[in-house]
Amino acid sequence: MPIRLQCPLCGSEVEVPDDVLPGEIVEHEECGAQLEVYKDSNGNFALRLAENVGEDWGE
Amino acid sequence: MKIAIIYDVIRWEEKDLVRAIRELGHEPILFHVTSFFLDPNSKLPEVDVAINRCVSHSRAVASAIFYEEKGVPVVNSAYTLIVTGNKLYTTMKLIAHNIPTPRTLFAFTKETALKAAEKLGYPLVVKPIIGSWGRLIAKVSDKDSLESILEHREYMQNPQYKIYYLQEYVRKPGRDLRIFAIGDSVPLGIYRVSSYWKTNTALGGKAVCAKINNELEELTLKAAKAVGGGVLGVDIFEDPMRGYLVDEVNGVTEYRNTVRVCGKDVSKMIVNYLVEVAKK
Repeated sequence: MPIRLQCPLCGSEVEVPDDVLPGEIVEHEECGAQLEVYKDSNGNFALRLAENVGEDWGE
Repeated sequence: MKIAIIYDVIRWEEKDLVRAIRELGHEPILFHVTSFFLDPNSKLPEVDVAINRCVSHSRAVASAIFYEEKGVPVVNSAYTLIVTGNKLYTTMKLIAHNIPTPRTLFAFTKETALKAAEKLGYPLVVKPIIGSWGRLIAKVSDKDSLESILEHREYMQNPQYKIYYLQEYVRKPGRDLRIFAIGDSVPLGIYRVSSYWKTNTALGGKAVCAKINNELEELTLKAAKAVGGGVLGVDIFEDPMRGYLVDEVNGVTEYRNTVRVCGKDVSKMIVNYLVEVAKK
């Protein structure tokens, strides 16, 4: 069953698959936000805006 | 065995490593380092070995140091990540191990960089010592262009951009090689084919599975060992006169395109190597 989370940008609901892993990037179709799945301090899945590619990103 | 993946953003490779760990009968433990804080005095969840897959080099090094100091064997080690995350350090290690590399000079000021360029001759390539995916790497055809690039760099805030890494421009035959070292084995590699001078697959270079001859295998292993060993992607140029030249070594190497064109299970090879490391 999909997990229902809240979009931090537009506030509406975002569904993610139940096998989602923290660190996955999802696009919120309604508002176009790129969101990162993470676990909050209570160990629950939550969403935050995905980081932009950093100067030190790569292989 | 409990195998940890230390990571920040999940790419195809990290998901595939989870699959491979499970299929080989082990348990994946996910350390998503931006989901929690790290306490040096805390007891860690029990793990036998970890692979560091952070896309951010700074986070890769910091987390590798943390887990190593907490007693977890980490692949790649903090040392290997530090060497491979710094092009100057990598070049120094390759040269110290008598590995053929493109002629490279370093400079710390605009003036000395211009002098270094005179010695190298044009065209040449200017690279930041940090970074990846071909970012901010410039081919420079003359002094005027170099002066402009250096001026831009002088105004950049990050002091790392003021360490100038100038390299001869190697006339590659429209391709270069990315060969993989996993511990002591060199199981596969690709040609990165492109009509553009930068062949990075992130910039559109086409991956073609490569046949690895003995010379390439030996050179790849030597380069991997020069930077501390582990799971590495070694970038090699084919110079028409001098033969193979090792350009760079990647410490958190991506292999999605390699799996796609070579049809081999790289993640399982990596997991088997992690198990060897854990048993040592």
